[in-house]
Amino acid sequence: MAAKTLTIDGTQISAENHTSILQAAKEAGVKIPTLCHLEGVYDVGACRLCLVEVKGSNKLMPACTTRIYEGMEVTTDNERLQKYRRMTLELLFAERNHVCAVCVANGHCELQALAYELGMDHVRYDYCYPKWGVDASHRFMGMDHNRCILCQRCVRVCWHIEGAGTKNVSGRGSKSHIISDLNEPWGNSTTCTSCGKCLLACPTGALFHKGDTAGESLRDRSKLEFIVNAREKQQWTV
Amino acid sequence: MDRIKIATVWLGGCAGCHMSFLDLDEFLIDLAGRVDVVYSPIIDVKEYPEGVDLCLIEGAVCNEDNLELLHQIRARTKILVSFGDCAITCNVTSLRNLLGPKNTDQILQRAYVEAADTNPVKPGLEGIVPRLLPKVRPVHDVVPVEHFLPGCPPPAPRIKAFLTNLLDQTPALTGAQLKFG
Repeated sequence: MAAKTLTIDGTQISAENHTSILQAAKEAGVKIPTLCHLEGVYDVGACRLCLVEVKGSNKLMPACTTRIYEGMEVTTDNERLQKYRRMTLELLFAERNHVCAVCVANGHCELQALAYELGMDHVRYDYCYPKWGVDASHRFMGMDHNRCILCQRCVRVCWHIEGAGTKNVSGRGSKSHIISDLNEPWGNSTTCTSCGKCLLACPTGALFHKGDTAGESLRDRSKLEFIVNAREKQQWTV
Repeated sequence: MDRIKIATVWLGGCAGCHMSFLDLDEFLIDLAGRVDVVYSPIIDVKEYPEGVDLCLIEGAVCNEDNLELLHQIRARTKILVSFGDCAITCNVTSLRNLLGPKNTDQILQRAYVEAADTNPVKPGLEGIVPRLLPKVRPVHDVVPVEHFLPGCPPPAPRIKAFLTNLLDQTPALTGAQLKFG
């Protein structure tokens, strides 16, 4: 496959054609912060944490959904990007009700970890305090909309790894939310196979296994990668 | 550096941050060699004094007393520190904000009337029990704050690192020391 040569943070690298900036940076050992990106499923550019600068454009580009091209010059970290990333994080915290101290994902939440990694010591915006409920109708899983950041990882694993198509997004803007089937209680879903991949995919405490304590709710994301790899490389015989 | 004047206050919170402060153990003795504690729930001073160098503020701004004291603190203190998650994010104390503008009536009704075993009555004695504000607010939403020390509660080693850094005028907390919850 043809390779392209590009520059990331001043270092010249080469990567395969059609690679995303995020993938090329990862291969070159450059870490770009992400939230909605999940190994094993396609990218949607929902969270805007991976925004980078590309020379020649005054718009910031999401690294996960922007393809590389020959001679591209990418900057992944500078004062401007740090400013926007912190702003994005603070808006995520302000948009719904993220109370770390009483959250089931406390200690292994990607949102919480990214906040302290990027030095977010407080939120400058007013908290919205929206009224969102918890769907606890499924017999062993629950969905707490208060903790959801709309990364759509659950939707992508449900459609493209499990193939069930139970999870969807309904609404627009701040009213967007994750639904099961045609906005049924999750427990009434006729398509959900109860596989639990959405739980493995969720970066926060929005999807949880009922009865798990915060200490037990560690997610093993490598299971998702394992399934995808096994399928793509035909490691399983049918 | 001269002995600096430290205050700690307890607004709308559970006192857990102060408990964590007491968990500093023998470091409290080192600290006592460098600072004077001039106002705190753990010392007997009624009035917040003038000319305080540093104040650790635990808790969110929940009632009229919190609001009045906070403005007094800002006027009389050089450096304010939001101490713990309630001061920074409102944390658990803000769960009533989800109930909307009439939340104070609802929560008092629930706590003092519906959940009471004996003598169900809402506290309403003007001037005795401070009135709840319609919305719980983080400290930095009311007055400017210089530093943030997160955690629910901030673990004692984090408080020690923060105070040591501050007294030695080195940079504040970074990385996992900024973890909420």
